[in-house]
Amino acid sequence: MTKKEYDKIPGTIIFDADKSREGYHLNQFCISLRLQKNRDAFNKNEEAYLDAYPMSKEQREAVLKREWNLLLELGGNIYYTSKLAANDGINFQNLAGRMTGMGVDTYREMMLQGGRSIEGNRDKSEWGED
Amino acid sequence: MAKIMAGVGCSHVPAIGVAMDTGITHEEYWKPVFEGFKISREWMKKQKPDVIFLVYNDHCTAFDARCIPTFALGCGAEFQPADEGWGPRPVPAVKNHQKMASHIAQSLVLNEFDITIMNEMEVDHGLTVPLSVMFGDIKKDGEWPALVIPLCVNVVQYPAPTGNRCYNLGKAIRSAIESYEEDLNVIIFGTGGMSHQLQYKRAGLINSDWDKRFLDLMTEDPVGASQITHLEYLRETGSEGIEMVMWLIMRGALNENVTEVHRHYHVPASNTAVGHIILENNA
Repeated sequence: MTKKEYDKIPGTIIFDADKSREGYHLNQFCISLRLQKNRDAFNKNEEAYLDAYPMSKEQREAVLKREWNLLLELGGNIYYTSKLAANDGINFQNLAGRMTGMGVDTYREMMLQGGRSIEGNRDKSEWGED
Repeated sequence: MAKIMAGVGCSHVPAIGVAMDTGITHEEYWKPVFEGFKISREWMKKQKPDVIFLVYNDHCTAFDARCIPTFALGCGAEFQPADEGWGPRPVPAVKNHQKMASHIAQSLVLNEFDITIMNEMEVDHGLTVPLSVMFGDIKKDGEWPALVIPLCVNVVQYPAPTGNRCYNLGKAIRSAIESYEEDLNVIIFGTGGMSHQLQYKRAGLINSDWDKRFLDLMTEDPVGASQITHLEYLRETGSEGIEMVMWLIMRGALNENVTEVHRHYHVPASNTAVGHIILENNA
C-alpha cells in the first residue's frame, strides 16, 4: 500500500477510505448498539447477534474479546467502537484509559494535568517506531 | 433583510451535556468549564437571535457508514435529540426556520456548494451541547429560545473538507442568509474541537499552545487559519482535533474585521480541550 502522509503520526489510526471499507460491517454492527432493542438482543446472545454482520473472523473475535485497539486496527472507528464500549458501561475516558494501556486512573490524572503533551508525540521515530 | 450579527466558536464535548443533564456542573471538575460560559449566556440574552445557523458534526448518529455526506443541511421542520447509546438528552426538540433553510439550500447549490438536503434527521450532542452551554439549562418540555438551522460536516471519515473550502462555504452561507428577505438576527456557531484525540495509543493528546494560536487566528487572521493543512490538524491537535475546520465555516460568514468580545479555554473536559470564542461583526 502506498505510504500516506499521516502514517508517521505515532499511536494514531486515521479512519480513511481504506479503513472505512475494511471496517464497514464491523462499524455497522457497533452502531446498531445505539438502540436499546439491539443492545438487549446483543446482550442476550452475542454470537447469534453477530451472525447478522458479515465481518471477518478476526474482527468478530476482537468484538467478542473486546480488544479495543485491535478493533481500530481492523477498520473500526472510535465513534462506532465507543457504542460497544457504552453497552459495556465504559465511557470515552475509560475507553481511552484502556486503549493507551495506562489504566483508567492514570489516564484521568494525565488529563487533569493538562493531557498528553505534543512534545515527543509528533513522529513515530520519537516512539522508536518506523 | 436577515443579518449575521456574530459568530460563536465552541467545543461540543458530550460529557459537558451529561454534566448539565445530571446536575453536577457545580462540582470542582466542571466548575471552571462552565464558569467561562457565564458571560456568554448573558451575551446571548442581549443578542436575542431569531435564528442560529449551527455548524457541527454528526457522530454516526444520523449518518452511519451507509451514507457520509460532506455537507448536509437540515431543512426539516424539527429535529429530535437522538439516543446515542445512553438515552436521548432531556432537552427540547430543535425547531428549524424551514423557509430560510430551504432558501439557503437553494442559494448554496446555485453558488456551487452542492450540499445534501436533510428533511428527516435526528441530532446528537454535536448540536445540542453548544445550545445548552450558550443558553443554559432548558428542560425537555421547554423551548430553545431561537430557531436553529443545522449544518452537518463530515469530520469522521478522512478527509474532512479542507479549511479553505469551509472558509469559502462560510462566505456563501453569509450571502445566502443576507439575501433572505425577512428582518432576522442570525448568529452562526462553529463547533467542535479543540485539540483532542479519543482513539488508540496517543489518546489524550492536548496542545494548548496550538489551540490558543488558533483562537488568535480566528480573530486576527482567518485567511491564515483557513490554510492550515489536514496533516497539521491531525499531528498537532490529535485525530479528532480536525473538527476545528468547522470553526472556519463560522469565521467565513463574518467580516474580515471582527471584535472579539469573549474567549474561554480550559483543559480538560473528559478527553478534550474546551475552547470558546465570541466574535461580533463590526458595523
